Amino acid sequence: MAKVDMTSNNPMKTETTLRFPTISLSGQAGTSFKPEHLAAIFTQSGRHGFFEVHAENYMGAGGPPHRALERVRRDYPISLHGVCMSLGGPQPLDKDHLGRFKNLVDRYEPALVSEHLAWSTHVNTYLNDLLPLPYTAATLAHVCDHVDEMQDAIGRPILLENPSTYVLFADSSMSETAFIGEVSRRTGCGLLLDINNVFVSATNHGFSALDYLTDFPLSGVGEIHLAGHAEQEDDEGDRLLIDSHDGPVADAVWRLYEIVIARGGSIPTLIEWDSQIPDWPVLRAEALAAQAILDRQANRREPSHALG
Amino acid sequence: MLRTSVTTVLLAGAITSALATFASAAPLTKAEANAAMAAHKEKCYGVALKGQNDCAAGPGTTCQGTSVKDFQGNSWKFVQGGTCASLELPGGRHGSLTPLDRDI
Amino acid sequence: MRSAEILPLRPQPPDFAGPFSAALLSPDAATPAQVTGPHGKRADKRYNVYRNNVTVSLIAALASVYPAVERITGTDFFRAMARFHVRETPPASPLLFEYGRDFPDFVDSYDYAADMPWLSDVARVERLWLDSYHAADAPALRPEALSAVPPETLGLLTFKPHPATRLFSSTHPAVTIFAMNRGAGPVGRVDDRPEDGLITRIDDEVTVRLLAPGDATFLSALLDGQCLATAVAAAFETEPAFDLPGAIGEMIAAGAFSHIEMESCHVEHV
Repeated sequence: MAKVDMTSNNPMKTETTLRFPTISLSGQAGTSFKPEHLAAIFTQSGRHGFFEVHAENYMGAGGPPHRALERVRRDYPISLHGVCMSLGGPQPLDKDHLGRFKNLVDRYEPALVSEHLAWSTHVNTYLNDLLPLPYTAATLAHVCDHVDEMQDAIGRPILLENPSTYVLFADSSMSETAFIGEVSRRTGCGLLLDINNVFVSATNHGFSALDYLTDFPLSGVGEIHLAGHAEQEDDEGDRLLIDSHDGPVADAVWRLYEIVIARGGSIPTLIEWDSQIPDWPVLRAEALAAQAILDRQANRREPSHALG
Repeated sequence: MLRTSVTTVLLAGAITSALATFASAAPLTKAEANAAMAAHKEKCYGVALKGQNDCAAGPGTTCQGTSVKDFQGNSWKFVQGGTCASLELPGGRHGSLTPLDRDI
Repeated sequence: MRSAEILPLRPQPPDFAGPFSAALLSPDAATPAQVTGPHGKRADKRYNVYRNNVTVSLIAALASVYPAVERITGTDFFRAMARFHVRETPPASPLLFEYGRDFPDFVDSYDYAADMPWLSDVARVERLWLDSYHAADAPALRPEALSAVPPETLGLLTFKPHPATRLFSSTHPAVTIFAMNRGAGPVGRVDDRPEDGLITRIDDEVTVRLLAPGDATFLSALLDGQCLATAVAAAFETEPAFDLPGAIGEMIAAGAFSHIEMESCHVEHV
């Protein structure tokens, strides 16, 4: 099992010379990095916030993707977000993929590293979606093994993200929050709390998002995700939300976010926007809205910090 | 076996000539390349197409669902559209889409 | 294959992934019995969300590898063709920029595309374009390196290919059709002739060049590690009007090679 710090997602560094500057993202809001925004990002004044990339899109040997990420990393902290490790699947992890992931971590020295409580590969087929799993003692043991294996492979703890789901499994015997809390306790991994995912799943499965957040082990959360969702209907004509990342964050999700920040403090927060990607100012405005909530919380806490 | 003999003089001359002129063979922008093609240049060898890195970086992963619905059957095997009908190839081998009589 | 090699650390949980994934790419299959909505609600439309996510995202992946093919056929035709291929041949790797290598062969076999025998070769150019885009970084050969070689040893030079260099030959005008359709420019008359193309990346920009007769033979020999004299001889055998200075100028301008080496090379060298 990886020897990791429960609350910190910092790498266990042995090197003294860094290729890139260490930039803290404490209390900051960031966005998904989209290459089409590169020029606009670097024409704006100030270098606040951070950027998150999908690890797999930078696993090519070379070329323009690496130039773009190097450029971003020189001025900003980055969050490396894996989407394909299939930690939630029953089959062994892909050793080649673990190796590629470690290479990226070594190369770009990300401030945060995260993956999903989901699966996407079955046998030799990569399905390109984050698929759900039943929550049982058996799947819990398996997910813990996988998280341990990933943390050992890359030499640092990960943040594990709660999924958005559209179906439930008849044989689930644990709640999602209990399952995630136990994975974190057993493996030492941190957590990535996606509040839009909470809202989507709560709506789809008829539970209270506030109850979920109350049960969620907030002290282990190293990053928050916010995103937009779309609306469809299930077989009974009831509202079924799709975690589509194709629009602004919904008002209800902003309200949940304010509650989480008031309880958990100024946790680094990322706006995900992955389809129908808007011009940079629109995406940045979402991050600035999150930053205002983070700053308000930081100011609220400052007096007690100064005295204490 | 190759019957052509390659002389030092031939190679040295070619290298000298290439080094003197290669700079003028710089790649064209997409617009320039299109213009060259559109002008029906008799010999458009060396026309180099570049300038599309931004619009064609290839697929990325997704960690989101989609609100576009398109998983059902195969109702559109044949649909007229695209530029194929405008591509004129000699001998009538232009690419206009034609429906099949049979099902596949 | 992998699971047969590695013993599980503990007893396997019930394979929920097998039944769940089996119906994802089969729109007519029943919703897996293991899934449900809350309080026992039906889960057909709910499960279809996953079917839809998989299908739509993989069609989109093919569309972003093959934008010229999509422009040529139109979006609806392309999506129908891609949907067949996605179901027959889903990705085997989580690296999506590796996906679609089998798509050109599929296009060859797709009856509705039979009127466009050149379409699969346009797809092949696009696949090579993306390979070049993601290939390893390396410097391009500087012209000064060539001018420093003593003339009497030029014939013995070998050229180390840049990792992003790809050579392509088609019996159709695939390079011209690719060039016309890769952007939004006009399309028009195309000379129906075989075409060879050279795909390279220089200064982080992928470029596609239409090659003159003999160039492909010449470059193919150099890319195979043949020495310069052998490659030149082969090109003149194929094409008596081979433009040697032009070919050398093109390959340097294109950044097709990263450096030169001197190898012992048996060739008739006068």
